[in-house]
Amino acid sequence: MRISTFLYTLRQGAKNIWKNKMFSLASIATMSACIFLFGVFYAVVVNFQSVVKEVESGVAVTVFFNDGATQEQIDEIGVQIKKRVEVSESVFVSAEAAWQEFQKVYFEGSEEMAQGFADDNPLVNSSHYEVYMNDISMQESLVSYLQSLDGVKEIKSSDLAANTLTDFNRLIGYVSAGIILILLCVAVFLISNTVTIGIAVRREEIAIMKLIGATDYFVRAPFIVEGILIGIIGSALPLTVLYFMYRRIIFSVAEKFRWLSGMLEFLPVEKVFSTLVPVGLILGVGIGFLGSRLTIRKHLKV
Amino acid sequence: MIKLENVSKAYTAGIPALNDVNLYIEPGEFVFVVGDSGSGKSTLIKLLLKELEPTSGSIVINNQKLGSIRHRDVPRFRRNVGVVFQDFRLLKDRNVYENVAFAQRVVGTPVKKIRRKVPAVLSMVGLAAKYKSYPREISGGEQQRVAIARALVNEPKILLADEPTGNLDAHNAWEIMKLLDEINQRGTTVLVVTHNLDIVKAMKKRVITMKKGVVVDDEQAGDSYED
Repeated sequence: MRISTFLYTLRQGAKNIWKNKMFSLASIATMSACIFLFGVFYAVVVNFQSVVKEVESGVAVTVFFNDGATQEQIDEIGVQIKKRVEVSESVFVSAEAAWQEFQKVYFEGSEEMAQGFADDNPLVNSSHYEVYMNDISMQESLVSYLQSLDGVKEIKSSDLAANTLTDFNRLIGYVSAGIILILLCVAVFLISNTVTIGIAVRREEIAIMKLIGATDYFVRAPFIVEGILIGIIGSALPLTVLYFMYRRIIFSVAEKFRWLSGMLEFLPVEKVFSTLVPVGLILGVGIGFLGSRLTIRKHLKV
Repeated sequence: MIKLENVSKAYTAGIPALNDVNLYIEPGEFVFVVGDSGSGKSTLIKLLLKELEPTSGSIVINNQKLGSIRHRDVPRFRRNVGVVFQDFRLLKDRNVYENVAFAQRVVGTPVKKIRRKVPAVLSMVGLAAKYKSYPREISGGEQQRVAIARALVNEPKILLADEPTGNLDAHNAWEIMKLLDEINQRGTTVLVVTHNLDIVKAMKKRVITMKKGVVVDDEQAGDSYED
């Protein structure tokens, strides 16, 4: 395509927006609202997932060994555990360390009671690995693998914690996907309406273009450009607003609700927006393109 | 060259708009097509522009069989056929220059060539001085000149004019006809559909008369046409 034709197409697309100011504004506003809600949702979800991940990272599977297992066997089990992709970390807890921890938890304030076991560790067969996972939904497969290892006596895991967190994560995923899908459909519908009006307004011009030998592409391209421009404007505006809003919110929360720190850690602006900006823009352009393309196919027979 | 062989066109079951029409128009000819409303004149123009497909028969224009032109090649075909309408069909939000340049932009002509060609064709139709005017600022005759300039700017071999004088007074109608004659003198085949029998008689060109979709008379150029 010639540069002059490309520039002409761009100008016509921009002119279409200007000619149908009210409908274009309505489309941009709706697109902005959709991308804004998407952004809010995304920011909430990623922050929430980060909290859930934090909780997940504290959930561990405990691996106990057969009585009389040698250190060599225990080390071999440790090597096998570390080879698993779902394992993020495994910590060996000796019988002595387990007893120390037990005393801290259960004999706090009455340490003299523990003195009765001074020379006889009641947890002598309680050395174990605490295995932490990347993804808690893989706990079941990890446990069945661990059970198959030689020298493993027992596995302790909390199915309830794992299942609850997995279900919760899944729920968040489904709800967000559902809401985003609805928003996208609304945006596509509105852009489609704007382009339909644009086609109606320019019907005479389109007829003339066809009669003097314009290709289908030449007739259609300005409407595609119109949709994409609406998409770009309609996503750039809310993303900018969201960026400053998010910064302001994490700053305010850090300032005014210091007691929350430790319990609620917001993800940094850069981390959220390094994904949100490209995704938001691609969504905007994609919705714009799709909305105009579908409309042209339906209403612009050339 | 325009050639129609046994061309019929029926929109719905019943009387066809065109019925077994045979025509041959030589390159460089000037032809009037006359007839009452419903005689099939407009259908003929639409068939020649490949806006409609004939129900039967074949149409050949510039050695191209219209029936074998694929949809995506229709624009290329139309670039060789200029068209002018009774209601001018100018873009009201663009000035005279832009209306003519539009026809070149549509076919992807380089900007440099547009800048050279548009003033030349406007000068040919006598509107060089009004290139900045908008359609609402010029007369009907001038608007039709702009439409002719737009139809000619891509140098088509054939010019189709559907009632080009229908909205004009006698003086302007005559001026437009003189312009079309000039264009024909330069080698373009001109086919004019009209109701204006005074002009048809005065021009002494070939006249094809249609009635109810059938060619009922074909007077060669120079014959004295009587309605």
